[in-house]
Amino acid sequence: MTESLGTALGRQFSRELKQSVRASSEWANPVIFFVMVITMVPIGISPDAKLLAVLAPGMIWVVALLATLLSLDGLFRTDRDDGSLEQLLISPHPLPLLVMTKVMVHWLVTGLPLTLLSPVLGMMLSLPAEGYVPLVLSLLIGTGSLSFIGAIGAALTVSLRRGGLLIALIIMPFYVPVLIFGANGVSRAIEGFAHSGQLAVLGAFLALSVALAPFAIAAGLRISADS
Amino acid sequence: MGWQWFHRLGSPRWFYEKTGVWLPYLAVVTALLMLTGLVWGLGFAPMDYKQGNSFRIIYIHVPVSFLALAGYYIMAIAGAVGLIWKMKLADMVMKSAAPIGAALTFLALISGAIWGKPTWGTYWVWDARITSMLVLFFLYVGVIALQASFTNQQAAAKASAVLSLVGMINIPIIYKSVDWWYTLHQPATIKFTEAPSMHPDMFYPLLVMIVGMYCFYALALILFTRAEIVQREKQTQWVKALGGAG
Repeated sequence: MTESLGTALGRQFSRELKQSVRASSEWANPVIFFVMVITMVPIGISPDAKLLAVLAPGMIWVVALLATLLSLDGLFRTDRDDGSLEQLLISPHPLPLLVMTKVMVHWLVTGLPLTLLSPVLGMMLSLPAEGYVPLVLSLLIGTGSLSFIGAIGAALTVSLRRGGLLIALIIMPFYVPVLIFGANGVSRAIEGFAHSGQLAVLGAFLALSVALAPFAIAAGLRISADS
Repeated sequence: MGWQWFHRLGSPRWFYEKTGVWLPYLAVVTALLMLTGLVWGLGFAPMDYKQGNSFRIIYIHVPVSFLALAGYYIMAIAGAVGLIWKMKLADMVMKSAAPIGAALTFLALISGAIWGKPTWGTYWVWDARITSMLVLFFLYVGVIALQASFTNQQAAAKASAVLSLVGMINIPIIYKSVDWWYTLHQPATIKFTEAPSMHPDMFYPLLVMIVGMYCFYALALILFTRAEIVQREKQTQWVKALGGAG
């Protein structure tokens, strides 16, 4: 007898979360990468606080985006290697909902830590005081979209032996709108303008990607399983 | 009867034979339109009072930009048809449309840069339109890269079709976002706007060039698709017979 959909999703969610938290590289590596790249910015450009303050919002956003891209390769790969991806595909429950729980867990172990760490990096880049709240809020909403959109790339490339760089190539153009509204909201807040509009647009992107991406992810996984 | 033509379209052999008949006519029409448009636009259209002769690159730049964007939609729709009706031919059209579209987008960027130098005094500006075009180029590159990395042809076609469709939904969002981003950061340069109030003497040759470019696109797409058909069907009797005849 199959379990109800709610039970299945709940079980899958807790199983994924346990797995991700126990595999420390999965949540630690993107965060370490985030800090390291931000360290390179003053070294490569200039330690001048005035200059860094101008660059900070965009830099933190760009690096958060790269860290998310790097973490995507493992999203379905381990499941494919141990056969649990096939189990997902033949499950009686709708695949888009099942992958949705996976992507949510991915956000919990990558997007959320990046968001929580961002104030520290803001300090390192002498981000002005007005920028902290908008930075955290914009990343909180924006990284959700990044996970959902990025998972499409992960699903399409999971059957390929080297998917990492390819995911970045095919997904990065879709990150442009999120980056624009994310980084711009922070910059505008520092300049003293209202930035709730940018956050609202980020929220709209999140709603769109949560609603549509799971279908593309499910289609991508089915294609990858056949090849 | 009503749907028969549609299912026939799915047959690569039927397509190959039919287009073989159309090709010479299409080639002649394309050549005529292109030649007329180029000679008229480059030689006879009046000079622009502000930009002098450098404005004439419009006759290359605008048609190419049109097809660069339209080509993405053609590719994505072909991909959708391939996914929905499982037509081999649609997959081949999609695969052929990707490099053509990427090349046209590249040409649009290059011709825009060459135009930008005398007009704005610089080859590259982070203008909304240019930035969107660059992102469009990246989208094409992504589809080509994804296609190239699969060994299994069917999986390659399906995966890149899904990616093209995701791209199709995203293009308006990307375009609007970049547009909004640019209006916020508008630098103090003289913004060149293509005046809709173009003089008819300048506009007619442009129209001829645009129609000619559409024909050229169709020609290139058919030729690429035919090459793809021969490549994939090389084990079949009818393709072997082609080799014997020609």
